[in-house]
Amino acid sequence: MELFLQQVFNGIMFGSTYAIVALGLTLVMGILHIPNFAHGHLYMLGGYITYFFITSLGLGYWPSLLLSIIVLGILGVIMEAIVYRPLHDQPHINAFIAAVGALLVLEAMAEVIWGPQGLRIPNPYPHTFQFLGIIMSVQRLLVIIGAVVLIVLLHLFLKKTLTGTTIEAVAQNREGAMLNGINVNRVSALTFFISSGTAAVAASFISPIFVISPAMGAIIGMKAFIIVILGGMGSIPGAIIGGYFLGLIESLGGGYVSAAYKDVIAFGALIVIFSFKPTGLFGKKEG
Amino acid sequence: MITKPIHTKLLYGFILLAALLLPLYAPDPYMFQVIIMSLIFAIAVLAMNLIIGFTGQASLAHAAFFGFGAYGVAIMTKAGISFWLALPAAASISALLGLVIGPPALRTRGSYFAIVTLAFGVIVWIVAGNWVQVTGGHNGIFGIPRPTPIPIPFLGEIEFFEQTAQYYLVLAFLLLTLFIMHRLVYSVFGLTFMAIRNNEPLADAVGINTFTTKLIAFVTANFFAGLAGGLYVAIIGAVSPSVASHMLTFNFLIFLILGGMATLTGPVVGAFAIPILMEWLQELGHFRMLFFGVLLIVTIIYFPRGLVGGIRQLNQKIADWRQTKS
Repeated sequence: MELFLQQVFNGIMFGSTYAIVALGLTLVMGILHIPNFAHGHLYMLGGYITYFFITSLGLGYWPSLLLSIIVLGILGVIMEAIVYRPLHDQPHINAFIAAVGALLVLEAMAEVIWGPQGLRIPNPYPHTFQFLGIIMSVQRLLVIIGAVVLIVLLHLFLKKTLTGTTIEAVAQNREGAMLNGINVNRVSALTFFISSGTAAVAASFISPIFVISPAMGAIIGMKAFIIVILGGMGSIPGAIIGGYFLGLIESLGGGYVSAAYKDVIAFGALIVIFSFKPTGLFGKKEG
Repeated sequence: MITKPIHTKLLYGFILLAALLLPLYAPDPYMFQVIIMSLIFAIAVLAMNLIIGFTGQASLAHAAFFGFGAYGVAIMTKAGISFWLALPAAASISALLGLVIGPPALRTRGSYFAIVTLAFGVIVWIVAGNWVQVTGGHNGIFGIPRPTPIPIPFLGEIEFFEQTAQYYLVLAFLLLTLFIMHRLVYSVFGLTFMAIRNNEPLADAVGINTFTTKLIAFVTANFFAGLAGGLYVAIIGAVSPSVASHMLTFNFLIFLILGGMATLTGPVVGAFAIPILMEWLQELGHFRMLFFGVLLIVTIIYFPRGLVGGIRQLNQKIADWRQTKS
């Protein structure tokens, strides 16, 4: 029972990370129809930027987190402007190839600056305690609670503020939004800022617990893609539920079936589901 | 008569001659090895070009099929089977696995197809790294025999221990692949590939069975990817999971895009020039990938047909300009 609860706890923690990363990706995919395959690499870089502010500049954990959001957000905006905007009218496959180029650049950047080996962000809250037989640490709880707070804040922003509703308007109907005087390019930039900023938060929350490495972006990026496709392009609840679901399945599968093959679960599930529903679980047509 | 500054047939004849005589002027054994490898990659990239460049389906499982061929030949030749039997067998296994994964994957379109194939590629990579009994796990398989010597009556036999023999072996397979691709792409059937790339609903409407056509392109591409993988291990003599990893797929993609998608020369130029360029840029370390990543983005935005496409455009423009002048 204790093992089971421990796996569930870890699953929720991983799920929190997946949910935030997938949330950022679904915003970009569903709203701008951009297959930002480099999203996982932005996440990876977010961890490194936080690491840089903490260890190289000696700032505290929270100011570093905040700066990391801003820096990565700006990087996302730049990426949208140089990489994706020129390809807006081109076939989809071209944007995808450009995304592969972008992820190679981001990964090489991290390797050039910080080296290929794993690094660890000093843990701000290393205190551990036992609850119901589960070993928890304050940082692990922070991952879970932080994710919930972030999701609620993002929901309020998208639904309750004027700026947030322009994002939804573009998602629903690009031309219609333009006719109503919404600057679509500004909305694209804003969406990329939020998407990259949230990736930085996710990476900064979990990086004090696990090592960060330049190669970690690829796998989490693919998983986020899978969550987004299965949860429905642009669907925020889909991304959140899908994220927690994948986290739990992986944690339980890794604990009870095989740790080496736990990554296969997500990718295998994708192929199986696509064989039955080629447009994803909540079958919208792809953009 | 010749208005274009570059006359294609003359150029190809010259390149073929240069390729046949290459062992005479290869700079050093190391560079020679790089050249042999790049010819093997050219076969794999030509195959990738068939599915991505001509048919417009971004299959990102290409290295996985390269890996099937590689592991196939490695396991079979280690078990004592002749290389000449193992190579076609491994390529056929690769094609067969393409036939299995193709039908579910090809029901999806656009970036969904890219993701499904990538997911499949990652699974193959993880399995290759963990299925120790068959693949040797992360260490891979060592001591794979070189291609079995070919006996020639009265003259002895051709052995493949020397780089020169290996080079001609690989070159022969590359020319064979080029020949088959040429026949395929410029046939009526080849036109249906391009019809699907340009407008799939329209292709469907004029009576092309788009699903079967895509499947044939996919399976053919995987056959040649497997063939390239099989040649690769027989020359290198070892195999590890990295031959099936998505990083190799991305490398192939760089060769393809920079060389020139949807041309037959582009993949060969890309696969030949870029590994050599990468060797030259060796001391740049990780900066290399930074450079190639940027190059990939710039190329896809401004020259979607790559180097070969760009040169062709320029060639045509100069020809037009000369024509109007005369």
